[in-house]
Amino acid sequence: MAYILLRHREIPDIHEIDVYEKHGGFAALKKAVTEMTPEQVTEEVKASGLRGRGGAGFPTGLKWSFMDKNNWPHYVVANADESEPGTFKDREIMERNPFQFLEGVAIASYAVGANRAYIYLRGEFWPIAHFLDEKIAEMEKAGYLGERLFGTDYSLHIYTHLGAGAYICGEETALLESLEGKRGQPRIRPPFPPSYGLYGKPTVVNNVETLTNVPYIIANGAQAYRQFGTEKSPGVKIFSLSGCVNRPGNYELPLGTTFRELIFEHGGGIPEGRNIKAIMPAGASSSFIVATDEALDTPMDYESVPNVGAQLGSASVIVIDDSVSMDWVVEKTIHFFQHESCGKCTPCREGTYWMRKLIERIRHADGTEEEVALLKDVAMQIRGKCLCALGEFSTMAVVSGIERFAPDFEKAVATSSPE
Amino acid sequence: MSLAEKYPQEVERILAKYPPEHKRSAVMPLLYLAQREEGYITKAAMQDVAQLLEMTETEVAAIIGFYTLYHDKKEGKYRMQVCTDLPCALRGADQFLEELCENLGIQVGETTADGLITLEEVKCLAACDKAPMFQLQSGEGIEYYENMTVDKTMELIEALRKAGKEVE
Repeated sequence: MAYILLRHREIPDIHEIDVYEKHGGFAALKKAVTEMTPEQVTEEVKASGLRGRGGAGFPTGLKWSFMDKNNWPHYVVANADESEPGTFKDREIMERNPFQFLEGVAIASYAVGANRAYIYLRGEFWPIAHFLDEKIAEMEKAGYLGERLFGTDYSLHIYTHLGAGAYICGEETALLESLEGKRGQPRIRPPFPPSYGLYGKPTVVNNVETLTNVPYIIANGAQAYRQFGTEKSPGVKIFSLSGCVNRPGNYELPLGTTFRELIFEHGGGIPEGRNIKAIMPAGASSSFIVATDEALDTPMDYESVPNVGAQLGSASVIVIDDSVSMDWVVEKTIHFFQHESCGKCTPCREGTYWMRKLIERIRHADGTEEEVALLKDVAMQIRGKCLCALGEFSTMAVVSGIERFAPDFEKAVATSSPE
Repeated sequence: MSLAEKYPQEVERILAKYPPEHKRSAVMPLLYLAQREEGYITKAAMQDVAQLLEMTETEVAAIIGFYTLYHDKKEGKYRMQVCTDLPCALRGADQFLEELCENLGIQVGETTADGLITLEEVKCLAACDKAPMFQLQSGEGIEYYENMTVDKTMELIEALRKAGKEVE
């Protein structure tokens, strides 16, 4: 299968504007702006079945169609805040195939009538922001961005904006707050960004990978895109594979590929002949899947992964082998979420703090079985009580770890002692 | 000297990115600019940013405090920020950091005696398949170092040390 997203793996110089043009670059943007109405572009993306690749899996075209047409101006914001432990796909797209991403931003902007688009990058992507600035300047020079594109009335400017180290800013309303020059703390939803977004104006927030699919869909049509993937989860996805595997990295595969194919064929299996124990399919926010044969043969798509007790999310597949104890993994994820809780909602701010205290007692002091039960109880108390998903995410590994890998926690209690 | 006097073109370029009625959006890029020379944001620079964007000092201080890449006190010239999150830890990041501490003779959060390196432990940097890894943050920006070993890291530090001496 030819690549749709990671095209630099076949065309290494695709980050050069003339090379990108030679391989069909900007044809989709030109087609959209000169031959299609914004509504037609939105309909095509809707028909493709493209769903948000940042984790939530919301239908992209539908999101675009929600933009309030009685309130202007409109904005497009590309979410390049990629910070989920286990996720490193947007970075590769932006570093190696930047024009396809930028073309996707431009087509999305045309579809929703935005004349300004922002790319919000995590602060650590400092060199990538500078690289994109150069690529944007090249597009302006070549007439793909700026005033009156292709001789039409449509104008567009794209700007990069660097965050400064906060996982929470990947949440779309926290991202918008941050872009407005405030602390990145989530807003109450509804209203959702398509009615109340950046500066209170209708805004589409899409993930980098999502937008990078768009030029293919417009150039080749929704049906061509639907030849990949499954009926309900069409298209391709970049799976970020990490943890206990021989060949970690990004793999672009059709949605519906099994865990077994990803981990054992593409990823080369588990190092040193050890056995696979658990899978986190959605990074640190994921519940643990017990790596049974049935789980390994499960297709990785939005509908199937819940059947084995987790979500596909951003498809950041962390593999855990039998040399690893799950209470250790849970301590790692709790540390992460406790550090990244923005502090706005009490259940998340206090809950992650107490979960950390408890897991440290269980693992490093004289923790008891009652405290393991209490840890799960605290996690359950966080659920459903926070403005954004971070609170919820902080509990996934905790609850599924205690429920599905109880012996690891029993052992931790039995062997822990005050240091 | 104020930021606008010191970096007139850059301040103008940053402000031009945002609608004039929403210039507060420029606070994050301006704080990076304020941090460029010293590697941290001085009180004077903070007041300067506040004035430029018609924000209160408290509002600017709240931004500096919220985001981990802004610093309000002087540390080493380079902040070596090692990721020890789950995927990196599964590839030996905890041990890497421990050995690095031993080699440098400092603990996490401390600075080498010559003021060159402050060693920090950070959260996921989106380089999970290339651990052990860290980023080097200085006033000038951020750079990633991936698939690292302790030996390679010590060589890098030595090169930075030499480069610093040549500049002096």
